[in-house]
Amino acid sequence: MTAIVRDRRAVWGGLILAMVVGLALGAPLVTSIGPELTRDVAATRFLQPGATDLHGVFHLLGTDRLGRDVWARLLYGARLSLAVGALAVLISSLLGVGVGTVAGASRGVVRTGLLGATDFALALPRVVLLLLLASLWQPSAVLVVVVLGVTGWMSVARLVFGEARSVMARPFVEGARALGGGRLRVVLRHVLPNVLTPALVAAALGFGNAIMLEAGLSFLGVGVQPPASSWGTMIASGRDTLVNAPWVALAPGVALVLVVVASTLLGDALQDAWDPRKA
Amino acid sequence: MLASMLVRLVRGLAVIVGVLALTFLLLHASPGDPVRRLLGPNASAGQVAAQREVLGLDRPLPVQFAEWARAFARGDWGRSIETGEPVLRMIARAWPRTVELAGLSLVLSYLIGIIVGTIQAARNRTGLDTGLSVATVTLFAMPSYWLGLMLVMLFAYALRWLPAFGATGLDADFLGPGARLIDALRHLALPLTTLTLIGIAGTGRFVRAAMLEVQGEPFVTVAAAKGIPGRRVRFHHILRNALVPVVTLLGLSLPALFSGAVFVEAIFAWPGVGRVLVEGVQARDYPVVMAATAVSAILVVAGNFIAEWLAALTDPRLRQPSQA
Repeated sequence: MTAIVRDRRAVWGGLILAMVVGLALGAPLVTSIGPELTRDVAATRFLQPGATDLHGVFHLLGTDRLGRDVWARLLYGARLSLAVGALAVLISSLLGVGVGTVAGASRGVVRTGLLGATDFALALPRVVLLLLLASLWQPSAVLVVVVLGVTGWMSVARLVFGEARSVMARPFVEGARALGGGRLRVVLRHVLPNVLTPALVAAALGFGNAIMLEAGLSFLGVGVQPPASSWGTMIASGRDTLVNAPWVALAPGVALVLVVVASTLLGDALQDAWDPRKA
Repeated sequence: MLASMLVRLVRGLAVIVGVLALTFLLLHASPGDPVRRLLGPNASAGQVAAQREVLGLDRPLPVQFAEWARAFARGDWGRSIETGEPVLRMIARAWPRTVELAGLSLVLSYLIGIIVGTIQAARNRTGLDTGLSVATVTLFAMPSYWLGLMLVMLFAYALRWLPAFGATGLDADFLGPGARLIDALRHLALPLTTLTLIGIAGTGRFVRAAMLEVQGEPFVTVAAAKGIPGRRVRFHHILRNALVPVVTLLGLSLPALFSGAVFVEAIFAWPGVGRVLVEGVQARDYPVVMAATAVSAILVVAGNFIAEWLAALTDPRLRQPSQA
């Protein structure tokens, strides 16, 4: 634990994530403008960052095609992007821990089958699968969460499996069994707590990836649907106005990169703390 | 060597068949009816049923899949429901474009990524290492579609140096061979740069970690103690060993590369398999989606096959089938 606190990457990653989450949750306190507020569209559209419109409202990051405040949309959009990412990672972590633990604690057909399924899923281009799933059903934020969740569990399962298998070979597991602990009890009480660290590492790395993919799906029009807005739909809407109002696409992109960098730094630091050999 | 190749071939085929079956099931399990889409909202129930029969959509699923698989193997990939064009022709036109873009990007990402990672490991914990780390982590965190848009903004709109989309200019057919090549390269520049910058970041990060791990091994100390010059130790002892996991990563990174290519093709209107897939998916064009998914799975499996063969070249231990 002290290793994590001393790691500069973990500190920066954690600070950035905490700041973004804080800004997203506290959006109404940070800006007084609503994300959907439009007044005189013709007069307030495409205002440059730092401009003040004719109503005397200051626009930190400018306005978009409909005269909506980009900073306010960024803050409120963060709620959806972060929530989708977090829930998707939760689903894939649960699935991955389940598959990895069962595969690590069992032998024979069950293990071979689960590992085969994991390798199979890993061999598919994830975006192809995402596109397929996301376009087959009616696009929505809920669908994106589910789709990202069920396509992201493999890396968690791999890490958890490795750890579970090595835990199963340790003396304390043998001891627990000798004392009469059933298979289920051994797995729940002894194996599961030990595989949570690798699961956390995979979750931290997967969070950034999930947010990036959510934005990608929304960008291609098969993710979050307007009027709901996430960073992905913001980038998509800024695509058409790259020439005259580049800030519309620039702001959500920078926010996205910041969050993904933070989760990568945090994940790297967690990984090194968990497995010092690789530091 | 031969036996292990055979095992890999069978496994690759199993993945392709699995992908096809999965795609088929998903397409049919989902809501949205291609016949309704084809005939429009005013079609009568009779017309819908008749069209269903013509397209073979009224038969049991396993029968449909078996027939589809048989026809697919024969090269009869059906026609696009949306445009009526033979799917085989659409894919035949598209796949070399994807291989061109993704293949070039793969080669460049690995060459430059290995150089970047090697430099970082050699200058570990210096300002140069930190600077390059910041650059690779940031690039690695950039979504390909966003990085692509930013490059378009800079090089196509602001500087007007390069075209923003397509694989050839409108006048390509009227150009001489030399001018046509330049036109093709100018169109390739932005999509290739987008995909490659992200690839370099991924490879660089991995190579740096692999080099640092090998640097700490006792045999490196022994080599240095024997008086072998530092440069030779670096390239012959450290890099050679660090390359083994890097080549393995090559195979594992193919699905991600293909995923990146889908977005890049969509952004730059690059006429590859990814774009065919995105358009097919948006139109619920079953035959097109099936074929594009199948071809992407085949490309990834084929690439994996090459990567495993390369890995066996770098590491003699991997030539035994039991290791797989």
